[in-house]
Amino acid sequence: MDRQEILTELKKVLTPYTANKEALNSLNEQTDLIKDLKINSANLVDIFIDAEAKYDIEIDMDSAEKIHDVGSCIDVIMEKLGQQK
Amino acid sequence: MNRRVVITGMGVVSPNGVGIPDFLNAIQQGTSGLRFVPRHEELNFFCHVAGKPEFDWEQLRNYLPEVTFHGLKGSTIGYAIKAAADAWLDAGYSLGGDEIHWDTGCVFGNSVADTEAMKRVISFVDSKQARKLGSRVIEQSMNSGATAYVSGLLGLGGRIITNSAACATGSQAVLLGYEYIKHGLEKRMVVGSNEYIDSYIFGAFDSMRILSRKFNQTPERSSRPMSASANGFVPGSGAAALVLEERESALARGATIYAEILGGVTNSGGQRGGGSMTAPNPDGIVNCIRGAMENAGISGSDVDLVSGHLTATVADKMEVACWATALDRTRGDFPPINSLKSMIGHCLSAAGSIEIVAIVLQLWHQFVHPNINLEDPHPEIVDMIGLESMPVERVDREINIAAKANFGFGDVNACLIFAKHK
Repeated sequence: MDRQEILTELKKVLTPYTANKEALNSLNEQTDLIKDLKINSANLVDIFIDAEAKYDIEIDMDSAEKIHDVGSCIDVIMEKLGQQK
Repeated sequence: MNRRVVITGMGVVSPNGVGIPDFLNAIQQGTSGLRFVPRHEELNFFCHVAGKPEFDWEQLRNYLPEVTFHGLKGSTIGYAIKAAADAWLDAGYSLGGDEIHWDTGCVFGNSVADTEAMKRVISFVDSKQARKLGSRVIEQSMNSGATAYVSGLLGLGGRIITNSAACATGSQAVLLGYEYIKHGLEKRMVVGSNEYIDSYIFGAFDSMRILSRKFNQTPERSSRPMSASANGFVPGSGAAALVLEERESALARGATIYAEILGGVTNSGGQRGGGSMTAPNPDGIVNCIRGAMENAGISGSDVDLVSGHLTATVADKMEVACWATALDRTRGDFPPINSLKSMIGHCLSAAGSIEIVAIVLQLWHQFVHPNINLEDPHPEIVDMIGLESMPVERVDREINIAAKANFGFGDVNACLIFAKHK
């Protein structure tokens, strides 16, 4: 799974958590989850839980702390997918 | 300053009708909202029937932002949101803006936080999956969950209170809202209550052997207030909300005024003198009703309609005796008395607010709703107040003043006096 594929899938995970559909439509690796997508910081944990279920991975708290934008989210997902093998 | 408090908006989620038009039609026609629940038979309950609103969960998308809707699981909160948002819209306000209504508060009550939501928590925690619960559980399991969702959705900036007084919760919530406005502490209050009876709470009531069990084959006949064959109550779920407002404010903005609240009292029988955790002290009830009338500045002879608590248990007889004593009126002179529970069962914390919406509709449209299933009126009740006070069909007549009471476990009472607005 490459970064573009993950980004496409991640967009689906993020959809119910953002009211900012414009930013969602132009989603790219630089899109900031809180500043651009206006996601309530309390809901970030729900996004991680949904991503864990989707990719069958576990996002530990140290990894979660590194996530602030779409790019860093993809980094963590790729890292965890790599660890599975 | 003698402030007057009026009702300018209503919303309801009832087992026999969701939304004011359907509910009004149901209470005029005497439509039952009680149904057979297969799961109750499987679980070996005594009572196999219940009142549950026909609630379209997806319609909440019309009220809530997508982000809020996603992850909302608690039925009881869903009911509260629908009822409160409808009442708010009915009062002439809108949803979804950035405005904060600093002059508007909220009192919303319930009995138990959502136990279905808690069941999920228990199963996740017990299977060592707590970290998968996410951020939305606490807000829906806290007792103030419904109040928090409602006040957030409407942008209310006044006092935000969650009350709980078992089956007196709903009428107590309305009374608290009334008092805050009457005393000049708020200009406007969104008040109401909600209840969702899941299998666990239902089972615990069932074990007390106070639920109807002889009409499992004919659910619509199972709730029989004031009947000789009354054999226990039928739990129901739902919610209702009202917008209360200082009269001058309502008049100034040209709001529709459905009725006026003249006064009310909430008290306790002290769990003495026949009162206990589960039964009211009759003296407490009489004091509550008399106090409400005094507070409202009326006498028993002014009351045109009594909306009883009347759950369809052995306590109905005692309650009617209390009304007769407090109003100082008996057979030949007693006003019409009705129990909405004959149609929708006992919605516990939601009972008071749903029944108050019914009272306001009866004042607004000038009718008395029927007592359904009153095929065999209890002879001792008939002796006290006369058959003509116990209508079994809708009666269109002039009603200026209506009294409403509810009584809850813990021996807590609440009584309110409503009037046609003049």
